[in-house]
Amino acid sequence: MDVTEVLLPGVGLRYEFTNHRGDRVGVVARRTGDFELVVYEGPDPDEGRSVLQFNSEEADAVAEILGAPRIAERFADLTKEVPGLVSGQVEVGVGSAFDGRPLGDTRARTRTGASIVAVVRGEEVIASPTPQEVLRGGDILVVIGTHGGITGVEQIIRG
Amino acid sequence: METPVALLLELGVILAALSILGTLARRFTLSPIPLYLLTGLAIGEGGIAPVPAAGEFVGTGAAIGVILLLLVLGLEFSLAEFAVGMRRHVPSALVDAVLNAAPGAVAGWLLGLDGIGMLALAGATYISSSGIVARLLSDLHRLGNRETPAILSVLVLEDLAMALYLPVLAVLASGGVWWQAILGVLAAVGAVLVAFAVSYRWGHHLGRLLSHPDAEQLLLRVLGLTLIVAALAELVHASAAVGAFLVGLTLTGETAARTRAVLSPLRDLFAAVFFLAIGLSVAPADLLPVLPAALALAAVTVVTKVLAGRYAASRDGVGPRGQWRAGTALVARGEFSLVIVGLVGTMHSRLGPLVTAYVFILAIAGPLLTRLAGALPFRTVPLTDAPGGTPPTNNEGPGR
Repeated sequence: MDVTEVLLPGVGLRYEFTNHRGDRVGVVARRTGDFELVVYEGPDPDEGRSVLQFNSEEADAVAEILGAPRIAERFADLTKEVPGLVSGQVEVGVGSAFDGRPLGDTRARTRTGASIVAVVRGEEVIASPTPQEVLRGGDILVVIGTHGGITGVEQIIRG
Repeated sequence: METPVALLLELGVILAALSILGTLARRFTLSPIPLYLLTGLAIGEGGIAPVPAAGEFVGTGAAIGVILLLLVLGLEFSLAEFAVGMRRHVPSALVDAVLNAAPGAVAGWLLGLDGIGMLALAGATYISSSGIVARLLSDLHRLGNRETPAILSVLVLEDLAMALYLPVLAVLASGGVWWQAILGVLAAVGAVLVAFAVSYRWGHHLGRLLSHPDAEQLLLRVLGLTLIVAALAELVHASAAVGAFLVGLTLTGETAARTRAVLSPLRDLFAAVFFLAIGLSVAPADLLPVLPAALALAAVTVVTKVLAGRYAASRDGVGPRGQWRAGTALVARGEFSLVIVGLVGTMHSRLGPLVTAYVFILAIAGPLLTRLAGALPFRTVPLTDAPGGTPPTNNEGPGR
């Protein structure tokens, strides 16, 4: 898929692409952080119909919703490409020893060799969490490593 | 400290009135600038409701308003965006400059103005209001349209032309013999180029110096520096506004973005006061005699701007309807024409009322025309002349 980038001097950027159904779609990214979704469908090929407007916060939320499955997908692709590497999901139980403690406290990578590459918290995805990221009950940890490593992380988190 | 009750009350009433008028204008996707000018006319000498106590504040506020308008304009400016505009739209900018500055110069000559007056009037008819146009495109949801980059590129190049024109005009207007004027012009152009070089090479250093995580600190530092530079520029007869613009040019990147965010509300407030002050400085009685000239000039401008905009859009391969939208979008006048007249206003008594009337007409007509152009019927068969598909400029006169 080709995404064309058009500079709008003084305003921001516009991205354009044609989706698989042949619809021409434009995304106006303004310098203020606002976004506008545009569809070109009328008889005039130069005129866009503004479909949706997002402020920066809403745009972040939409990006996360649209991006979340793709993160998992990419991990799945990655593990397919590298033999012996698998991804797994480990849930932090409510009342677990690590509920409310920073990720670094698990010392998961040192002890098992497996990496925690993302924390999924409800609809939010914390990609590449730092050791300071405080875990909460109900968090899903996305772990990449060997089978044994992932089992090891599971045991650490379960306590 | 004694509370100046009269000042507070008058100022409060004025701001409340501006707010109501601004809301009304926005409801019809029009620029509030003409209404601010009208308010200024109404409260000035010979108006319906004079405000003696607030006059002095409005005068000071207007000076700050010009400085903030140009500082923020300088902040908007990025060399990368300018380069993109240059790459494709230098011919558009030339067509735009020649077609639109010429009527002003000729009108100035016909009205018997001197060289500086002609130059000022040429500038006023040449430059569109990037503020009004950008806001209008956003309000009409046209940022996604194919013609929009062409419009914005022309505006950016106009802004660049202003960067060179304003210092030149300021120096010439401050008087002096011809060699002083030439020296001053060279100094002014040099200052703009130096500002560009500084922003390119050392912009990040200056940014680090001024930047502070605290918004209050950032505001105080940038505003402090700007006012000092503006005062120094005024001292060497190069106009405070130009000094402020140069400061804006030198700030780039993250600092510029944050400064813009912090300053914008302040700019909007003082810009409103500036438009008010322009209205105040013109006596309503002086407007009537210049009205025919302003109407004629506005009519010519509508035609020349539409031609320039159509040409720019056609260079981007935009179809006929988009070309009409682009042409009409460029018609709006506003802050710049008024800044120009502010620079030379005291020496030419007729120029102030003329340009005020002209801006008044086009600040209303521009947004209206481009909205009408957006509603043009689409012709599926290009060769058959569908009824109602005639160009809007000939029927929709600018005088309304």
